[in-house]
Amino acid sequence: MAIAKMHIWRGETGEGSFQEYECEFTPGMVVLDVIHTIQAEQAADLAVRWNCKAGKCGSCSAEINGVPRLLCMTRMDSINTDQPITVEPMQAFPHMRDLVTDVSSNFRAKKSIRPFKPRKPDAPDGTWRMQQDDVNRVQEFRKCIECFLCQDVCHVLREHHQHDEFVGPRHLVYTAALEMHPLDTEDRTADLKNEHGVGLCNITKCCTKVCPEHITITDNAIIPLKERVVDEFYDPVTRLLRIFRPNKNQQGA
Amino acid sequence: MPEHTTIDHDVIVIGAGGAGLRAAIEAAHSGVSVGLICKSLLGKAHTVMAEGGVAASLANVDNRDNWRVHFADTMRGGQYLNNWRMAELHAKEAPDRVNELESWGAVFDRTSEGKILQRNFGGHKYPRLAHVGDRTGLEMIRTLQDHAIHQGIDVHMEVTVVTLLRDGDRVCGALAYDRERGRFRVFRAGAVVLATGGIGKAFRITSNSWEYTGDGHALAYNAGAELRDMEFVQFHPTGMVWPPSVAGILVTEGVRGEGGILRNSEGQRFMFDDIPDLYKDQTADNEEEGWRYVQGDKNAKRPPELLTRDHVARCIVREIREGRGSPHGGVFLDIAWLKEKLSNAEEHIKRKLPSMYHQFKELANIDITKEPMEVGPTTHYVMGGIRVDGDTQMSTAPGLFAAGECAGGLHGANRLGGNSLSDLIVFGKRAGEHAAIFAKEKGRGAINDAYVTDEIKRALSPFDRPTGGESAHQVQHDLQLMMQKNVGIVRTESEMAHAIDALAQLRERAARCITPGNREYNPGWHTAIDLGNLLTVAEAIARSAIERTESRGAHFREDKPDKDPAWGDRNLIISKGADGAMQIRQEPIPKLPDELGSIIEEMK
Repeated sequence: MAIAKMHIWRGETGEGSFQEYECEFTPGMVVLDVIHTIQAEQAADLAVRWNCKAGKCGSCSAEINGVPRLLCMTRMDSINTDQPITVEPMQAFPHMRDLVTDVSSNFRAKKSIRPFKPRKPDAPDGTWRMQQDDVNRVQEFRKCIECFLCQDVCHVLREHHQHDEFVGPRHLVYTAALEMHPLDTEDRTADLKNEHGVGLCNITKCCTKVCPEHITITDNAIIPLKERVVDEFYDPVTRLLRIFRPNKNQQGA
Repeated sequence: MPEHTTIDHDVIVIGAGGAGLRAAIEAAHSGVSVGLICKSLLGKAHTVMAEGGVAASLANVDNRDNWRVHFADTMRGGQYLNNWRMAELHAKEAPDRVNELESWGAVFDRTSEGKILQRNFGGHKYPRLAHVGDRTGLEMIRTLQDHAIHQGIDVHMEVTVVTLLRDGDRVCGALAYDRERGRFRVFRAGAVVLATGGIGKAFRITSNSWEYTGDGHALAYNAGAELRDMEFVQFHPTGMVWPPSVAGILVTEGVRGEGGILRNSEGQRFMFDDIPDLYKDQTADNEEEGWRYVQGDKNAKRPPELLTRDHVARCIVREIREGRGSPHGGVFLDIAWLKEKLSNAEEHIKRKLPSMYHQFKELANIDITKEPMEVGPTTHYVMGGIRVDGDTQMSTAPGLFAAGECAGGLHGANRLGGNSLSDLIVFGKRAGEHAAIFAKEKGRGAINDAYVTDEIKRALSPFDRPTGGESAHQVQHDLQLMMQKNVGIVRTESEMAHAIDALAQLRERAARCITPGNREYNPGWHTAIDLGNLLTVAEAIARSAIERTESRGAHFREDKPDKDPAWGDRNLIISKGADGAMQIRQEPIPKLPDELGSIIEEMK
């Protein structure tokens, strides 16, 4: 049985330090197993969020050797265990305790996005018809498990703390899922520009790299949304037309 | 009085998985104020883990399907111990509830006509499960969550309920604490809906996460409500067995629905060896017919891998016990064999079962398009639960409602796959609706301050005990091993009697548990509190399993291996006696109305 040296960040509301633990591990164990073993044997009050332990709920997000990852999907044998392994909370969110952060800004951001508004049903029994080809892209976005690792790695949030100006990659993926939903009739383009800061993304694709669901966040979600904003607000032909035919978004907002 | 805040709502819903969210949405629709309390963050509940689909007789793929067939399938799967009124309502209302999800933004997989696609599943006569690849639960919880956040519901995240509060017999609130700071909150309400899910953490090998400690079952029991059918715990036939750290994680039945087959170490497709009488007429005669069924041939009968979960799980255990298991103590589940039948098998498997592909690739280094998986039974679901009225979902304690896994009755002795997600939305809606009506009629009840004071003191006791006690993690671990060994998938009288004694000892150890640190986000403390609930449900399961001296559905006794007709017309009811001891009694099942009886006869 091998022994790993774990440097786990412990403390409250941002005050704290890395604490060293040694823990035995067996083949196939993931980092969350090691954290649980430490919790059971050495530090019962070590705080960590987790639920499904199968990469489906997106609760156990943290940074392992500085990289945003799910603790439950990172196998110990994928990391160099000759060196101490650091585990620390996500850096883009206010710290609570040990590995747990305050992710409530994400729930507020989501609420600010206009909800799904379907067209009238296609059939007399109140149901709709959609082809699989037309929903494939939306289904890609709807794989999101809301782990918020993309928010964590995004420099607009992580380094510049522009949580109030920028909803972040997760919520742009959410907006894209709504905007590209074949049944949806809402228009969120003005919000994207004015409230949700889609322009602040400068497509470094860090979010795509960390997504455990392998959603092509930047290429498939964010860039098409940027294009919609450009078409709507910056395209000279459209601007000219708007003088004669005011857009619905500019009347209300 | 110890420090706490007080929050008023008309209806509080405890638990925010599919059932809790649906109940909260419905109650909010009725115009009452709603508080939704969840142990985790919103959207993380176990509904996300549901993979295969939601059962509803939409008849989009096979137009012979209708609510009557779904009803008969559900009753047959439950070995006729079901609350037949719930089975009826469930079969009738599931299609509307699924279509409603689409109107709220859910994006199910499609048929070539552009309708919601449905897939085969164990025990369902026709392809009935609306699905999204193998992540249907995620689609459902996200749809409900995204709809709920715009309905004016107050969400209390990472809050754990310690006890329900009563005014006389009537339940009218809950005492809870927030996990972040450990501060206590009293919720006052006109009605309370429990939607807390299952009890999987009472066993060592489970597909359930830390949250599933039987909270709703224990809260209701302690508040005077009755539980039923607690002997029926579903061991899902296919959980991962290797690596050890992921043992128990679910492998969806959808793998078998898409053509996956079970083999033992001798390469034999052992499910053909033992087909129960109830299903003889519905099961394929040979491998070739089974494949045609999976391919959608309406004249073919389904392969034996799609028999009910209880039966498949027992066959797997038999193979392992008789020395024909896989290297890590399971059997082989093979979907890669499709390459013999389909030219694009690899792509097909990845599209139909994307999260299974990733799960095995990332956790076990196995490519399921190329090699078989190793699987074995895992504790998955409790059919038993809070006894409720079929129409209103009110428990036997006035003002207390229950929906979803924590409520009992719909599934009888064994649940069919896919009937859980539909259960959540059908009865979540009903519970929310009737809780709102109750709250409007009765208003809020009075809170007993002395009781609140005592309960806060009790909740904090793990901090105050003298040093030297064990941690709650250790006691919980031993409880899980003990239940796995003695009240697991194969049961005997002597082992279960031993379990009752062992539970008494574990209870004493739990009473001496200590918790280091402080109240802020302290998992040691949270485990100590959950442990009390686990002990209660473990006892209810063990006592019910001893009492039922036969084998039926998910309850299998080696010392009573046959079904006993004398047990076929009664349920076991658990309640808390005046002396605080657990009481158990048999209760006859109410007579089935002729209309429903004739459906069952006709479909036999």
